Amino acid sequence: MKINMKRSNAPVFWLLFGAGGMLSALVGPMLVFITGIAVPLGLLLPKDTLSYQHVLAFAHSWIGGLFLFAVVMLFFWHSGHRIFHSLHDLGIHTGVVAKFFCYGLPLIATLATVYALVSIKYS
Amino acid sequence: MTSPVSSGRRPYMRPMQGWWRRNTFYLEYMIHEATALFVAAYALVLLVGLVRLSQGQAAWDGWLQALRSPLSIVFHVITLVAISYHTWTWFNIMPRTLPPILLKGKRLSEAAITHSGLAAAVIVSLILLGLVWSLWA
Repeated sequence: MKINMKRSNAPVFWLLFGAGGMLSALVGPMLVFITGIAVPLGLLLPKDTLSYQHVLAFAHSWIGGLFLFAVVMLFFWHSGHRIFHSLHDLGIHTGVVAKFFCYGLPLIATLATVYALVSIKYS
Repeated sequence: MTSPVSSGRRPYMRPMQGWWRRNTFYLEYMIHEATALFVAAYALVLLVGLVRLSQGQAAWDGWLQALRSPLSIVFHVITLVAISYHTWTWFNIMPRTLPPILLKGKRLSEAAITHSGLAAAVIVSLILLGLVWSLWA
């Protein structure tokens, strides 16, 4: 019997899933409230909270850039992994197609996030 | 091992179609798994925002304007509910996803893990709101 010595890539995806699940559990609701409800409706927070100058300065700083990078990419990897396994639970076994959507799209989104943040940093 | 098909037997296979609608435990499982759709949708909103930010002030202001549409507000209210439910279930499941934690030789109870997770979520949320407030007020 030939033993498959190839290392499993499962722990990597599981780690991204877990990190994204934890981060979205901790900051997700408040972020949605701030960017999607409070600022657009002018509730609670000052009207210029998300002004171009403010958000540009935040995304330009190392800590702000890293926070945005972590949030966007980990949220994507968390969802992709969870949706992939739920498709399996629902009896949808589309193999490569499901993998492309559930892991390929987070990868593309990660690259797009890096591209946007780097062009903000060095613009 | 020979496959059961080649033997000509046709054993009864319990149908799995719609299994998750059979009881409330399975239904809750699928609902908390479905929160991932909202996490992904919100991440996409943020990603579009970052790309627009990199394209200059006019692009960014367009994104802000789009967030003020009634459709966007409704979407974000539903997303807020879904991701809050994710937070709730995430820390409720955590006692079963963490390895046993020993504290003074005694295993940390399930309630202690869930409660400290939920407390952490509340504290982090308030800190986040406070930071946004103090940075730009």
